[in-house]
Amino acid sequence: MSTILQPHPHPIEEKTNYLNADYGWKSWLFTTDHKRIALLYLFSITAFFFVGGAFAVLMRINLLSPDGLFDHDTYNKLFTMHGIIMVFFFLVPSIPATLGNFLIPIMVGSRDLAFPRINLLSWYIYIFGGIFTLTAVVRGGVDTGWTFYAPFSTTYSNTHVILAAMGVFVSGFSSILTGLNFIITIHKMRCPGMTWSRLPLFVWGHYATALIQVLGTPVIAITMVLLGLERVLHAGIFDPNLGGDPILFQHLFWFYSHPAVYIMILPGMAVISEVVACYSRKRIFGYGFVAFSSLGIAVLSFVVWGHHLFVSGQSMYASMVFSFMSMAVAVPSAIKVFNWTATMYRGSISWDTPMLYAFGFIGLFTIGGLTGLFLATMAIDVHVTDTYFVIAHFHYVMVGGMVMAYMGGLHFWFPKITGRLYPEGWAKFAALVIFVGFNLTFFPQFILGYLGMPRRYATYAEEFHALNVMSTAGASILGVGYVIPMIYLAWAWRKGPISPQNPWKAKGLEWEQSPTPPPTFNFDKPPIVTEPAYNYSGHEEEQEVDIG
Amino acid sequence: MADSEVALAAHPPGLQHHFDNSAQQLEASTLGMWMFLVTEIMFFGGMFASYTIYRNLYPEAFASTSHFMNVTIGAINTGVLICSSFTMVLSVRSVQLGQKKTTITFLTLTLLLGLVFLVLKFVEYHEKWVDHHIPGPGFQYADPRYFHQAQILFYLYFAMTGLHALHMIVGAGLIITLIVMTARNRFSAEWNTPVEMIGLYWHFVDIVWIFLFPLLYLIGHTS
Repeated sequence: MSTILQPHPHPIEEKTNYLNADYGWKSWLFTTDHKRIALLYLFSITAFFFVGGAFAVLMRINLLSPDGLFDHDTYNKLFTMHGIIMVFFFLVPSIPATLGNFLIPIMVGSRDLAFPRINLLSWYIYIFGGIFTLTAVVRGGVDTGWTFYAPFSTTYSNTHVILAAMGVFVSGFSSILTGLNFIITIHKMRCPGMTWSRLPLFVWGHYATALIQVLGTPVIAITMVLLGLERVLHAGIFDPNLGGDPILFQHLFWFYSHPAVYIMILPGMAVISEVVACYSRKRIFGYGFVAFSSLGIAVLSFVVWGHHLFVSGQSMYASMVFSFMSMAVAVPSAIKVFNWTATMYRGSISWDTPMLYAFGFIGLFTIGGLTGLFLATMAIDVHVTDTYFVIAHFHYVMVGGMVMAYMGGLHFWFPKITGRLYPEGWAKFAALVIFVGFNLTFFPQFILGYLGMPRRYATYAEEFHALNVMSTAGASILGVGYVIPMIYLAWAWRKGPISPQNPWKAKGLEWEQSPTPPPTFNFDKPPIVTEPAYNYSGHEEEQEVDIG
Repeated sequence: MADSEVALAAHPPGLQHHFDNSAQQLEASTLGMWMFLVTEIMFFGGMFASYTIYRNLYPEAFASTSHFMNVTIGAINTGVLICSSFTMVLSVRSVQLGQKKTTITFLTLTLLLGLVFLVLKFVEYHEKWVDHHIPGPGFQYADPRYFHQAQILFYLYFAMTGLHALHMIVGAGLIITLIVMTARNRFSAEWNTPVEMIGLYWHFVDIVWIFLFPLLYLIGHTS
């Protein structure tokens, strides 16, 4: 809503909040406050995002020329490090560890997560895993692809596979602990009146995410252990020459890594549900459907991994089942998209920055999701397997979906986190730049892939030159689009106008009952919930009857 | 509720600031521990899945390697772990009754039984070392038909029992911590959550062994 013109001389700054409660470095590094831990995550994740982004820039530079500008081994390392860092150190922790960590206790009306010290531990584990991976980078990188396929990774690659695998193994535990904390908090720490059916959809989305984190991540952990041991011992467990089964590795790997892509999108959907309802000034359409579609995605995500193995020698009958299940998982995703658009229908929509990102999310996620159905169809998948079509598909979901939602969420809750407002004009401009840059980068890759350009090659045929140059041009625009918010958000954090408690007139405990920015224990007086979620219309008849 | 100063006067032992009361805290801890054990099931599950696949791929090699498993030690260790679970239950019971000395006795017994298990496990590993059954460059196997397949099966044997033993070592460390905490009067009949939680962990590690023992030692042994 109208926000920028209120330089209220309100004495908010004098009030004690979680930011000015203490300034020493110990108060940050040994904090158990979920809000401070969220900020620790925010800064470290941003750093990893730009490291991973730098690798992407180098890849796109290499692909400016059909012959490749770098040494081919270098290119192999570039795409591997880009993948490992972006997947395990940016996308998986992105929204849950920052916005989720910050908001879930406040949204359910609790003073903290159930296990604050475990929450801090998860950040240290994350950093520890990051050090492993960055050590692998500094010492020369890894060239197996982020998928670590055996037996190349166990026998033939002469790069630092074990270091990188240890990084993935270690950082996985940070993800498990975050998920565990969320589940227990949502079950046991809700304030009076916060029933399951009044939970914000942000919380439902993170609950589903946490289930996947808790059930899936241990499997990638044991897979990395088996991989590392095999690389040392060469006992042959994944090597067909020695009687081992490389498909087994792929099954174990994707048993986590396919559900993991839902770890990378469900929190984004969770953010969009909040943003769409707020900027349409309407109760979300079909609350129950949106909430349960998150759980539906979480459940179905565990039975679709085989669609990564259509051309790996998996049984045809298994492929048919996995193909069917992969199409089934599109249903709950589509339910969400339909419900968001139905929420906007006849809403009074305002075009603020978070809503721009939400629009971007819905459009790009739909493209990414529908091309996912192409890939779930076995006959088409055989044609486009390991081509740029796949690259474009999952970047539309991961970058066009998750990163858009992450940016939207950061803007939406920026006043909550910092107590200040960001410059709306710059923010809208950056959102537009990101949208244009993104599409220019990745749409040509759909065409490239369909025409047959394989992924993970340092060189390509002459006829793909123009589209690759377009993609690289788009990537530079996208890069600029990510740097602009870095600058103005950092500026706004120090100098932006002071935000009122609820600048967007949004619903939810975090805006209505918690001061901005929140005090260390989140609420000045114990919160109580008396109305359903997203009660934007405010009609009395929509309110549930108070018991007692 | 939010005012921690007010609550300080009648502060129940062990209650952390962000919980409303001890009951809520205990519920959260218990659910958290069970959830953690679910992640452990998934962790071991990856290896059980690999085991199942190779057992189905190579039944003859499996029957052949099972003759090299020391069933006697495995059976004794199973008994040792079941007894340790029993003493663990008794220590949880005695800490709930506020009996400090009995708690320490039973925790120490549990620890000793755990150490007996680890020592016997070490003896078994040493046998494998002497027989060159450790997967890797030095691996040797009597039946040349099954050389590669046996190596994979021994790899799984060591991965599964090794990670189980690692969990035992962690558990032993936790029990030592509990003994020290009990000796320092940290627990009472009102608050003894850590003993209960680590008890759950200890039972879980025992149950993993209850599955490992028949799968690795007994199946195929007589064929």
